[in-house]
Amino acid sequence: MPIHRNAGADTLALHAGQTPDPVHHSRATPIHFTTSYVFESSDHAAALFNQERAGHVYSRISNPTNAVLEERIAALDGGVGAIACASGQAALMLAITTLMGSGGHIVASRSLYGGSHNLLAYTLPRFGIETTFVAPGDLHAWHAAIRPETRLLFGEAICNPSLEVLDIPAVADIAHAARVPLIVDATLVTPALQCPIDLGADLVMHSATKFLGGHGVAIGGLLVDGGSFDWEGAAAHFPTLTEPYDGFHNMDFAEESPIAAFLLRARREGLRDFGACLSPMNAFQILQGIETLGLRMQRHVSNARALVAHLAAHPLVESVAWPELDSHPDKALAARLLPKGCGGVFSFSLKGGRPAGSTFIEALRLFSHLANVGDAKSLAIHPASTTHFRMSPQALLAAGITEGTIRLSAGLEDPSDLIEDLDRGLNAVQKAIAR
Amino acid sequence: MKINLSDLHSGHISGYSSYFYTGGRTLEPGRPTAVFIHGAGHDHSVWTLQTRYFVSHGWNVIAPDLPGHGHSAGPGLKSIDEMAKWVLAVITELGARHVMLIGHSMGSLIALQAAATAPDQISRLALVGSVAPMPVAAPLLDATLTDRNKAHAMINQWSYAPRAQLGASSIPGLCLTALNERLMQRQAPGVLHTDMAACNAYTEGFDAAAQVRCPTLLLSSAQDRMTPPKAIEPLAKAFTGGAPLTRIILPDAGHAMMSEAPGAVLDALWNFASTPAQPTWAHQ
Repeated sequence: MPIHRNAGADTLALHAGQTPDPVHHSRATPIHFTTSYVFESSDHAAALFNQERAGHVYSRISNPTNAVLEERIAALDGGVGAIACASGQAALMLAITTLMGSGGHIVASRSLYGGSHNLLAYTLPRFGIETTFVAPGDLHAWHAAIRPETRLLFGEAICNPSLEVLDIPAVADIAHAARVPLIVDATLVTPALQCPIDLGADLVMHSATKFLGGHGVAIGGLLVDGGSFDWEGAAAHFPTLTEPYDGFHNMDFAEESPIAAFLLRARREGLRDFGACLSPMNAFQILQGIETLGLRMQRHVSNARALVAHLAAHPLVESVAWPELDSHPDKALAARLLPKGCGGVFSFSLKGGRPAGSTFIEALRLFSHLANVGDAKSLAIHPASTTHFRMSPQALLAAGITEGTIRLSAGLEDPSDLIEDLDRGLNAVQKAIAR
Repeated sequence: MKINLSDLHSGHISGYSSYFYTGGRTLEPGRPTAVFIHGAGHDHSVWTLQTRYFVSHGWNVIAPDLPGHGHSAGPGLKSIDEMAKWVLAVITELGARHVMLIGHSMGSLIALQAAATAPDQISRLALVGSVAPMPVAAPLLDATLTDRNKAHAMINQWSYAPRAQLGASSIPGLCLTALNERLMQRQAPGVLHTDMAACNAYTEGFDAAAQVRCPTLLLSSAQDRMTPPKAIEPLAKAFTGGAPLTRIILPDAGHAMMSEAPGAVLDALWNFASTPAQPTWAHQ
């Protein structure tokens, strides 16, 4: 059941989590550049450490600027709270390590951001956590891959870069039937286009580096808890949340808060021990981005639509992956789950394979060739040689990536200028083919 | 800790498994005991930022999930009197001594009724966000029966001060209104209506107040729209039985003051619990 929002999304994007500073009356969110916070007394210090009182102790665990960002994204996503992390990768790692240790198992979409794929396929097995990858649209495969030791299902709202759309309600049902949560990477959609928790997901993670920040100046990640998963109802699966924890005053987190147990453990253990906290400066910068999120995402979507239409009609383009096209297998699903649009990132394949891709990218002038998406400026990359280079050819194909796939992130420039830049690249390819 | 109340001897308690939060510690004989009673549609976890301090400062804590709430089985009890008797039976069964009863909203009515019913068992009484009588607005009462989500939205709208409505939580990283909504969603269907109907039907508040003998704290919040501070005046005047009365009004919170101003609520409760009783009236 979605959480009732106290205000519209654009209002929350500007105000949630913050009231003007009561001491100096600053309207903007102050940047609390401090490592630590003065205790009122020994008793106050002990009470903060023992979670007898709420408050800040050390900025690795919590920080007032970060707290505004955490509340803001939680309010937008329909969650009960959030944790700001050093990066999207840190947010994913925090979620996983909060829920499981060695022996745990994850079922994940095989169409993932390359960094997430690395973590699941190569790094986590070294720590005893295995992942089974499934086609995101194969609901039977999701179900069949679940084992007794499965603790989490994971997929991207819109897969990067294949643009498959995750059927969140259906995958959430599969997860819940097995008494495990579903976490969705909502980086490419943001709450402006889709709120996975409203659709049945239990946890959401964002690389805030991308559209949430929107300016390409700050790395950050956010982990949001919908507060709806019944950890105690699946207590045998989640002892980290439902049994006393020696490492923090023997606290049984679900006993302290049946609703916020996950966030309590993640903060009290994960941030404390793994330390992947967000700088308050980055939190401030990401907050500045979120203030205009709704407006920016509309423009990202409209520019992406214009670029997709242009590329789809071009004779040098083999295919365009964009869920709003009739040719995309998830068009109906996208219309149902993403009625406001499918974001600003899409991919296409040029005739001529890898050489054509290189020629195209090197001819671009407005599009920046770099490893990022979600900037206000338009971006381009060749996934097979960069973000997904560790994947085998078979895994690449399974993830919907060919040697000639180009991923574009439509920025906020005038669409006519972007189309002109694409034509510059396409003309360069045409000339290369003619030679 | 989970205790099966079917073993209780009290005839007026139905035999359902019940849950009591104790701050993660076993109850120790000889310690005073603070009994924290939650309000309508809630469970013990609304007290999490008050209970742990008491536990680590020499008190036993019993924060029950009332029948039908949280982890406690059975149907919700239908009247404040039944709930008060249930709480008293719990206190007796657990052998609690030097008991301070602390109740929020509906829980405050339960605490008041329990203190009046068994004055010898209760040493102190703290009524948090209380009025008596506690009439429930008809649209809200109807919504608890016909549209739970609407009822939850109404409760959140009236329970939190403007500051908390848009966030600015006192608990880093948590959205208080969302947390409250999920907590209410977690309760069994019908429980919220049963609770609200019990509040609405409770008319014995003034009589109960007159029978209270122990030091009593009336803790209100200036921005409380569910139980506004002014509305507590008639109840305050009804404590005619000699109970020393302490009144505190917190400035920056609404009805959900335990999460909106957890430190201020804790300070008020702790100061009341640990200082000699004398009548006071304070704006904090």
